[in-house]
Amino acid sequence: MILETKQLTKQFGGLFAVKDVDFTIEKGKINAIIGPNGAGKSTFFNLVSGLYRPTAGQVIFKGRDISSLSANKVAKLGVARTFQTTNLFEQASVFDNVVVGHRLRTKSTLFDSIFRTRRLKREEEQCKEKAIQVLQFVGLNHAVDQRVANISQEEKKRVAFALALATDPEIVFLDEPTAGINPDETAELSELIEKMAEKGLTICLIEHKMQMIMNLAEQIMVLNYGEKIAQGPPDEINRNEEVIKAYLGGSTSA
Amino acid sequence: MTSIFKSRNIVIGLILLAILFPFITQNEYFLHVMTLAFIWMIAVYGLNLLAGYTGYLSLAHAGFFAIGAYAFGLLTVKAGLGFWSAFIIAPMITTAVGFLIGLIALRTKEHFFAIYTLCVGYIIYLLVDKWEGLTGGVRGLIGIPAPSNIGPVNLSTPLAQYYFVFAILLLVILVIYRLIHSLTGRTFIAIRNSEDLALSLGISTTKNKLLSFVLSTFFAGIAGTLYACFIRFIGPDIGNINITFDLLTYMIVGGIGTLSGPIVGTLLIVWLSQNLQFLQDYRMLIFGPLLTLMVIFSPGGISGLFSQWYAKRNLKKSAKFTKAEEQV
Repeated sequence: MILETKQLTKQFGGLFAVKDVDFTIEKGKINAIIGPNGAGKSTFFNLVSGLYRPTAGQVIFKGRDISSLSANKVAKLGVARTFQTTNLFEQASVFDNVVVGHRLRTKSTLFDSIFRTRRLKREEEQCKEKAIQVLQFVGLNHAVDQRVANISQEEKKRVAFALALATDPEIVFLDEPTAGINPDETAELSELIEKMAEKGLTICLIEHKMQMIMNLAEQIMVLNYGEKIAQGPPDEINRNEEVIKAYLGGSTSA
Repeated sequence: MTSIFKSRNIVIGLILLAILFPFITQNEYFLHVMTLAFIWMIAVYGLNLLAGYTGYLSLAHAGFFAIGAYAFGLLTVKAGLGFWSAFIIAPMITTAVGFLIGLIALRTKEHFFAIYTLCVGYIIYLLVDKWEGLTGGVRGLIGIPAPSNIGPVNLSTPLAQYYFVFAILLLVILVIYRLIHSLTGRTFIAIRNSEDLALSLGISTTKNKLLSFVLSTFFAGIAGTLYACFIRFIGPDIGNINITFDLLTYMIVGGIGTLSGPIVGTLLIVWLSQNLQFLQDYRMLIFGPLLTLMVIFSPGGISGLFSQWYAKRNLKKSAKFTKAEEQV
């Protein structure tokens, strides 16, 4: 168990976006969160990665309560994430976009930048090497020097993965990694996600593509109206009546 | 590789041109206009660092320019400090004020930040204008000393002052260049790009935004200080919101978030308005549409247009190259 939430709750005004969610993420596995639109999946991600502060409950990462830490501190501890929209800088090259990903592991200050100190040069080199390494890992060797505006949606997703990996994370949260790309590309991205897990990374993703999730994930949590309605391995989730009801609505015979 | 040498050649050529400029024109008025343009450029570089590279549009820039100018004026005229000590302390005072204002201003974002800083700028202007006991109000501040000698070098002639301001401009550009092309610059750009993404990459946005803000006020302070000792008379008008919008125009026309933008924009607009002086305030009839067209058709300004053209040309070249390779 690498990350755990206890009674995690987020309230916006009178609305519970996430309510009393207990979830445990096993180390080195691929975990998934599914649920209908507006079920609170993204809010859950924002809570875990520190962008939102929980109204109640705790997020525990490697035995440490991180619920009150700001997002940048959470990232430093080894929790990385991607966003539904890729948020990349379109006018810059793929490489330039990814270099900054390793910034959190460097210590160079303003002084180093102005005087081009040895530390800055060393750390810049380190960031660039890291960028090349993660771009290779996600299979973008060919696009390193291309402008982000000129690459495909699927490649942009890979750049976002590379950015997350450049932070040297232990756990990666992927927010709808295959939204807006075609089935073939989806399969390729699934392979990449598996490759990340094989490398020892813990993965947690939000996804709408059921078939993909069922093949990929080892553990699934289902959210509905902010509450956890099921958790377990894919075949169990597949048979769960409440999940079927939430997804298809109405009778369980559907 | 060749392109590096090319751009280096361009930079060396421009520096030589700037050095030779006084001998080319032989006109003291042109020299004066050029020196002033250099001072504006320094201020625009400060604005560009914050608005162009970090994504926070501050409309208090003229206010900080005025703080630099008045700090220098008051330190020399009223406190009787020597030229060089005042020259160093004035930008530091500006930076300190910038730090305090930045702490509060940066709690807002986007247009709220712009509106907040607009108010801050106006309050600074009002303070300068109405606090007669300190600033002399609308009468302004006179008797500011010209730069005193550096050893045997006399800095009182217009020619010497031109080179003095030019040297400081070069230093400012060097510092900005290094900043932008370092991890610090990449951090600023990441914040401009998406603050949430920057945060989740472990970047402390609060700290880096404040750093960028403080730096931008520092450059405004230097520009203000130079203005005070070059013009040697300052009135509250230099803190007016019009100055902020002038600086903004220079930056946008030149190219927001580009390294050469502040030079291109400032030179273009300053000389254009010199040559159109016979039109008086009707000049704005030209600048207004120019700015609008720029924002619509080339948000990256003139520099942005150029680099776009350059990138396209390179793309074509490399496409040709790979085609040729395939045929072989």
